[in-house]
Amino acid sequence: MAAEPHTTGAGAAGPNHARRFGAIWVIASLIATPLVIVLVGPILPPGNGSEQASGHVTDNTVLLAMATPVLLLVVIYLIYATIYFRQPRGAALEGPPIRGDSRVQTTWIVITSVLVLALAAYGTVRLEEDGAGSGAGANPLVVPSGPKLPVQVIAQQWTFTYRYPTYGGVETPHLELPVNQMIELHVTSLDVIHSFWAYQLGVKADANPHVDNVVFVKPTRLQTFEVRCAELCGIWHGEMFDHGHVVSASAFNIWIHQQEAAFAPATKVLPPYSKTYLPEPTRRGE
Amino acid sequence: MSTTTAAPPTPSPTRQPLWQRLLGFNLLTAVLLGVGGYYLGWFIGHQINGGKSFEYQSASDENDVALLLAYVFGVIGFLIGLGFANYPLSRLLGRPASLREKEHEGIGRYFGLCTDHKVVGIQYLVGIGVFFFIGGLNAMLIRTELLHPTPTVVGPNQYLSLVGMHGTMMMGMMTSGIMGPFANYFVPIMIGARRMALPRIEALTFWLLMAAGFILTSTIIFGGFPTGWTGYEPLNDQAVMGMDSYIIFFALVGISMALLGLNMMVTIITMRAPGLSWGRLPIFVWSVFATSILMVLAAPMLIATLSMAALDRTISTSFFIPGGGGSSYLFQNLFWFFGHPEVYVLALPGFGIVLELLPVFTRKPLWGYKLAVSGMLGVTLLSFFVWQHHLFVSGINADLRPFYMLSTEIISIPTGFIFLCFIGTMWRARTTFTVPMLFCMAWAFNFLLGGISGVFLSDTPSDTDTHGSFFVMAHFHYTIMGGLIFTFFAAIYYWIPKMTGLRFNERLAKAHFWLMFVAFNSTFLPLFVLGMKGMPRRVSEYAPNLQGLNVWVSISAFVLGFSMLIFLFNTVYSLIFVRRPAESNPWRSKSIEWQIPTPVPVNNFEQIPVFDSDPYDYGTPPSIGGVEPAPAGG
Repeated sequence: MAAEPHTTGAGAAGPNHARRFGAIWVIASLIATPLVIVLVGPILPPGNGSEQASGHVTDNTVLLAMATPVLLLVVIYLIYATIYFRQPRGAALEGPPIRGDSRVQTTWIVITSVLVLALAAYGTVRLEEDGAGSGAGANPLVVPSGPKLPVQVIAQQWTFTYRYPTYGGVETPHLELPVNQMIELHVTSLDVIHSFWAYQLGVKADANPHVDNVVFVKPTRLQTFEVRCAELCGIWHGEMFDHGHVVSASAFNIWIHQQEAAFAPATKVLPPYSKTYLPEPTRRGE
Repeated sequence: MSTTTAAPPTPSPTRQPLWQRLLGFNLLTAVLLGVGGYYLGWFIGHQINGGKSFEYQSASDENDVALLLAYVFGVIGFLIGLGFANYPLSRLLGRPASLREKEHEGIGRYFGLCTDHKVVGIQYLVGIGVFFFIGGLNAMLIRTELLHPTPTVVGPNQYLSLVGMHGTMMMGMMTSGIMGPFANYFVPIMIGARRMALPRIEALTFWLLMAAGFILTSTIIFGGFPTGWTGYEPLNDQAVMGMDSYIIFFALVGISMALLGLNMMVTIITMRAPGLSWGRLPIFVWSVFATSILMVLAAPMLIATLSMAALDRTISTSFFIPGGGGSSYLFQNLFWFFGHPEVYVLALPGFGIVLELLPVFTRKPLWGYKLAVSGMLGVTLLSFFVWQHHLFVSGINADLRPFYMLSTEIISIPTGFIFLCFIGTMWRARTTFTVPMLFCMAWAFNFLLGGISGVFLSDTPSDTDTHGSFFVMAHFHYTIMGGLIFTFFAAIYYWIPKMTGLRFNERLAKAHFWLMFVAFNSTFLPLFVLGMKGMPRRVSEYAPNLQGLNVWVSISAFVLGFSMLIFLFNTVYSLIFVRRPAESNPWRSKSIEWQIPTPVPVNNFEQIPVFDSDPYDYGTPPSIGGVEPAPAGG
């Protein structure tokens, strides 16, 4: 590219477009980016239902703040070019024969590379801090320290059930979690692929049959949250929807012991608690 | 300078009587043999599986072996009927084989195996246009259902079939949206060749795709399929016979893609005219070349994966069935190893169209030619290293997520090259805002939004919120519809005057553009919000508080659909009824396809041209262009 002839800056006639466009873009970015952070940032999902959810709000805000100048660059350029770089009506003029500019190209490559590497580094750091509520497989690299409450999420067509191994392996049809307690969710499936999505908690983990998918979450306030399936699992995929509750530690204690008592007959006949359950292959026509 | 002087073969003026022509190898014979093959396969399948006698299918008669064999035999019969077996059989029997098929017939050449790349290009344009329309109608029905938060118009089963058919139809057929019509038509001309390297293979890719599209549509008869276009296991294994239509459809599309890519690569490598070095190749040809690499390397993976799925469904193997020792991860892994290159198969030809058209309308050379080429090749290479970003929350190889995050975000660097070339070419230009140019500018806006939303999805923590939601759906509609379909229309408006010698009604074309652009954004921008608010993909039931936005999206989608009707009306009105002849070079392009007569002669060039520059010799001082006409008479 360097060998190619180039002309930069203002031509013989007309305004210095580079300077003018650059100024418009910089000013627009300086105005818009803080506005986006202040106005849009707080309403970004998924809210502050858990440490992980609050982390996502920060991540989404950072990404949006970085995206704003990029978006403005192209949009303002499209408008600028439409206004200033047009063929006069009825004319058939040729443009300047510029075939490239090694300085511009190098600058562009350096800036985009730095941006991209920074983004990837930031994402990696945020991911490895607390797992980011993202399903991390059977042996997560990052395990939060301190006591954790294990809860198993069992997905099947078309419902979620939950087992509490530290409470006799009781299986309940609804999810209740104690507040301010690190939860260790083990997500698995009995049939097809599902995905456990607790929206307000910022948790999503696929439920694969014969797979234990671990995800950590620490709810930070009392709330009702939505639980959905986020992976197409058959005709009632859209109906695979429930509400879970984050309650105080004492309320949780009362609830879980009620469940233990209520489901005691069922717990006896359930298969013993296991990381995964390997059902017989179900095939059509059998 | 060398000029080739092969004389064009003389057309045979004698025409056979009608009944002989109907009995020959043509579409009618193909359909008859296709139906015959179908019932033969159905019969054999029932003999193999359960020993049932030949009977019509009903909902309770689930026989995957029979249906798969029926499809395979049907396709083979269809191809034999078209005449694809003639050449290899003649060769085997030592008889002289016909090297050219139907190149000199009239309208009939459009309805059969034709080895003229220009005929295949038109066939592709019309053929995939029909299936694009069917896929679009599916989308209209989906949006009708989503007017209400509970199932109303269609049941959940039909809804999933619509979603699956829409996605699969668009991903499968529109893979060739630009590669089929425009690459087949213009690549040989742009490189100064008289034909494709493998003209029979070229025709085969088209007819395979038509058979595939018909098979996918037939899934309605067999109960549809519930998996969406991804066909994830074990849901795939659980599904009714309609799933077999999906498997055969995508396998045929895979074969068509691999062959199309191979043919393009061979043609571009071996058949460039004298003087057309790699550094002078039109940028569109470069994008076709890059896409071809992806097609050849990725599509076989799809065929293999679907073969395994078919075996799981028919003879109870357990590639993907955990209870039998298989893994549902395996399917996801294999599918996306094809699936992610596939989305760049859709995007790259769009890059080529935009950068090819910009110099014409800005009256400037392409800015940063080498940067654009390296951008395309960079995307090609990197797209094989990102597939597990579709599986960030699945728990598969979780420790590798930082790598896939990095590789995915790195791919935005070469994509950024394309944007820089776009910006550079428009810099201080003399732009005329014709309809093709407007579509190219819309590409820049749409693909930018697609790319920016892609950054949210590639960031693993942020992806936790957006994965599997409408946000993803909005993202890939911005990249695929905003990237491919907008450039598809740019190419149509740009090249139809060359392909048909006729011009579109400009006012209707502008109305189409503006309505499509506004309705497109009005449809898909709110979907980002819906996804962020927690609406999953592929559901016909959603939270009632999201109804308002969904109604807005549905109405916008109907307007978007209406804009397609404007295009359709314009096509019928301008190209069939009004038929105003186009100027020979209405855009004052310096590219070679505009320097040869319209309609393009069967052999394209009287003499093979000799190139002494790239086709972007715009700007001062004025010159004739990159093509030096060969001396007359040869």
